Amino acid sequence: MAVKKKLREYILENYLFTDDQTALNNADSFLDLGIIDSTGIMEVIFFIEEEYGISVEDDEMIPENLDSIDNLVAFITKKTAP
Amino acid sequence: MCGIAGIVNLQGANGPQELELKAMASQLNHRGPDGNGYYLHDSIGLAHTRLSIIDLTGGAQPIHNEDKSIWVVFNGEIFNYKELRITLQKAGHTFYTQTDTEVIVHLYEQYGDNFVEHLNGQFAIALWDVRTKKLILVRDRVGIVPLFYTYHEGRLIFASEIKAILPILQTAPSLSVSALDQLMTFWSPVSPNTLFENIYELPPGMLMTQEGQRQRKQRYWDWQFPSNKEDYRTESESQLMGELQELLIDATQIRLRADVPVGAYLSGGLDSSALVSLIHHHSDAPLKTFSIGFDAESLDESDYQQMMIDHLQLDHTQIQCSNADVGQHFFDTIWHTESTVLRTAPTPMRMLSGLVKSHNYKVVLTGEGADEVLGGYDIFKEAKLRQFWAQQPNSKWRHLLLKRLYPYLDISTSKAQQYTQHFFGIGLDNPNAPCFSHLPRWDTTAKAKTFFSEERFSNLESNALPTMESSLPNEIKDWHPFNRSQYLEAKSLMPGYLLCSQGDRMLMANSVEGRFPFLDHRVIEFANRLHPKLKMKALNEKYLLKKSMTSYLPPKIVQRYKQPYRAPDIPAFFGNKNGPALDYVEELLSPEKLASYGYFNPKRVTMLAKKARRGGAIGQKDNQALVGILSTQIWHHHFIENYTKNFSLN
Repeated sequence: MAVKKKLREYILENYLFTDDQTALNNADSFLDLGIIDSTGIMEVIFFIEEEYGISVEDDEMIPENLDSIDNLVAFITKKTAP
Repeated sequence: MCGIAGIVNLQGANGPQELELKAMASQLNHRGPDGNGYYLHDSIGLAHTRLSIIDLTGGAQPIHNEDKSIWVVFNGEIFNYKELRITLQKAGHTFYTQTDTEVIVHLYEQYGDNFVEHLNGQFAIALWDVRTKKLILVRDRVGIVPLFYTYHEGRLIFASEIKAILPILQTAPSLSVSALDQLMTFWSPVSPNTLFENIYELPPGMLMTQEGQRQRKQRYWDWQFPSNKEDYRTESESQLMGELQELLIDATQIRLRADVPVGAYLSGGLDSSALVSLIHHHSDAPLKTFSIGFDAESLDESDYQQMMIDHLQLDHTQIQCSNADVGQHFFDTIWHTESTVLRTAPTPMRMLSGLVKSHNYKVVLTGEGADEVLGGYDIFKEAKLRQFWAQQPNSKWRHLLLKRLYPYLDISTSKAQQYTQHFFGIGLDNPNAPCFSHLPRWDTTAKAKTFFSEERFSNLESNALPTMESSLPNEIKDWHPFNRSQYLEAKSLMPGYLLCSQGDRMLMANSVEGRFPFLDHRVIEFANRLHPKLKMKALNEKYLLKKSMTSYLPPKIVQRYKQPYRAPDIPAFFGNKNGPALDYVEELLSPEKLASYGYFNPKRVTMLAKKARRGGAIGQKDNQALVGILSTQIWHHHFIENYTKNFSLN
């Protein structure tokens, strides 16, 4: 849950520029919301790499891993699993 | 260049006052520090601030014809004035100066309103016909020289810069929310709009007459492309190459005409290098070149500049520009742009013209325009690739070519198609739409509007795209898609940002005139009839120009990857990670100022500033938004909040 909370805060504050929790559902697609530009993906990757000490490989840079809070949480959970 | 201004009373009585003309001229001193001139008669008043470049002793304006029935103030250069003068003298006209300005009054006598078609140059002209009490305002074909006007209390008021109109209004202007909406889509308002409510530009290629209450506008020139394949030039590549070379040599040579020394900008790119080499090989004029170097390695082109310096043994001077310089000077830059800007790139250009001035130069030639005319921009490549993709939108591999353009995008796997679909697939279902090429750029830029304040923009129904579409000529649908994207670029970003905010305004801020051989209308008309494959062969940009200039340039300059001119944006204002920004940035982005000016949502902007402060705002979207918001705040500070202080009639 801590991961989800942190990610929600990060996305709301840095891409939606709001603290209104209702502005983002966990399943919402960042692409469909139009909140991420072509370098925005890189920013998200930098953030999760730094925050969770993981390394995102080239073939992992896909919407299935990165395009919603739920996808990000699942991806980070998988990557940080022992 | 110079500054011009004037007032016409449309009712005929109560003409303008000398005090008013002087107040207007005083706002234009930077455009013409070498002297002022006025003409006041009945309902008309004309003012001129002079930057003397041709006929240094005898060229004071206003200038008149033989019987003083025609008067003119003029900002710019008529490069073919020597040839026109000979023709006019043969037709019986008598000249009293050696200026290019004087040919205008005699041309008007000879040809009436069609006089403008004979001019090769860059100009904003105000001509008064005493006999018919008719004012003519006319602007050059592509928008090099600015000219603005408004109607206020029964008068037409016009000037080279809006700041010269403001003292006459005697009330603070207001921001046009629809113009800001357009600017935050296309990088400039759709012509003739400006950021100032009810103040307009005279569009490039337009002639406007005012006789009493009657106004008439006539487009005398526009970018035209072939509607039929047969109308493209069919000569061999080598013949066309030779013709382009000849045209560029002449366009450059006539732009060296001046009674003061002429310099040139050298960025190290193909266009400025070609230009400098043409001057070197086809002129006896001693040449001095100027350039900018950036502390940030990714923006710096010094190595290429040095290559050209060594190649031609140039007398060169460079100014080094740091992030801190950009941040420090950006505040004053907006005084000159008179507009919101989405990049800081104008500021180093102002520093560069300052360098030119400090070496006692008043004129520089630059390579501006080559990308629009001869097909150099990445947006043309992007559009070409998207067109290719649109032919088979479900293709698993066509979109992968975009990686050639944007290597940092990881679109190497077909799984990533969803990303490219979102970034570049916009409009893919209608690739024949006139604005197809520019939709991704405009979509990204428009993201900045999420920061608009709900209160101020609640009544705005964003009509930016329909407004742009309705400004386009009907025949655009018949043009080749490449030509369509050229037209959009030539009518939006180039005149609306590159030639004004980043061009004329940054040059004239330091009383320096820019001249643009690639924007000679003969070069444009020639290039517009070249088939697109001669402009971009596969993804090789400015193909024919490169071929034409091969013998003039080191191979590495011809072959180098095109680097767009950029300056540091957010890092210029937030230099210390998590530390305070520059004082004026802190003040103008404070929640109090944001709320007081009312354009942007303070909470959202504060979050963007926080992201910028910690170094997290690296994307184009955030950089453009922050520079756009900050420049709008500065604009308000200069032109509205401090109106009384800055624009007093006395």
